[in-house]
Amino acid sequence: MPMDKNISVLIVDDYKTMLRIIRNLLKQLDFNNVEEATDGQEALAKLRAGNFGLVISDWNMQPMTGLDLLKEVRGDQRLKDTPFIMVTAESKTENVVAAKQAGVSNYIVKPFNAETLRDKIEKVLGHA
Amino acid sequence: MPDGNLGADPADGPVRVVLGLLPSELTPREAALLAELEALGREVARAKSEIAALQADDITASQIPAATDELDAVVAHTAAATNEILDSCEALEGLRPRLPEEAASVLSDAVTRIYEACSFQDITGQRIGKVVTALKTIERRVAAATHAFGCPGAGEAASPPRTEGEALASGPQLPASAASQQDIDRLLASFE
Repeated sequence: MPMDKNISVLIVDDYKTMLRIIRNLLKQLDFNNVEEATDGQEALAKLRAGNFGLVISDWNMQPMTGLDLLKEVRGDQRLKDTPFIMVTAESKTENVVAAKQAGVSNYIVKPFNAETLRDKIEKVLGHA
Repeated sequence: MPDGNLGADPADGPVRVVLGLLPSELTPREAALLAELEALGREVARAKSEIAALQADDITASQIPAATDELDAVVAHTAAATNEILDSCEALEGLRPRLPEEAASVLSDAVTRIYEACSFQDITGQRIGKVVTALKTIERRVAAATHAFGCPGAGEAASPPRTEGEALASGPQLPASAASQQDIDRLLASFE
């Protein structure tokens, strides 16, 4: 079964440039239904108001970090099964372990390439 | 009883208290203690004059803020340049439908590599953010040291992290110590 590229994707990063880069890379992968948020709180509000099939989030944001957003998503009855990929420069073991324990679907360390992004999206959407 | 050369400095207070407790005729041990106390008093006075010579107020009031402003400007300039590059890439991508298939594919691959490379702006921005945080910590500690020696400008404590996410957020690691994507994939797989 081909991967459904019509799902809504929410990308979350406090660097507008990074949002633009990820949006363009997703567009090249034929994901055209993409929304943006610049921190965890804004993302959570959009997730609760919308219907997203994938979240791609940075970690290091204020006032709500990506890890805190992930915990909120996993603790929300309606959102808890939403695939969640962390895309971050935080590469310490304790960060990866904390994200995994919080229920992250996959973890991409910056800087990353388009191939890695595609590979992880395919894995979390169950088409690897 | 010898008084040494202690002035009216508050740091001399403990020395004066001890001197007041000493008898007028000093034993060799008491004399040695007194000499050490006088030396300590001189060290404190020397440290104070060195701190004054550092012009700590200037460091906290002007030099560190100027340095952080410069770093903020670096981030702003690289962000502006990166956005210019992305504008150009998006314009090039708009040409794809008008190009022969092979040329469109080459253009698409090249643009993808530019997008990937442009993520440098995020990484360098985070690294500069860490330097700014370090400078602000130095600023606070200089102010605290100045205050401890009776000078104005007390340092304020940094806010503690409120969540696990904040506590673990430390930004990019140096290349020599950073985990690779393969390291992280192996770590994640170990949970399966």
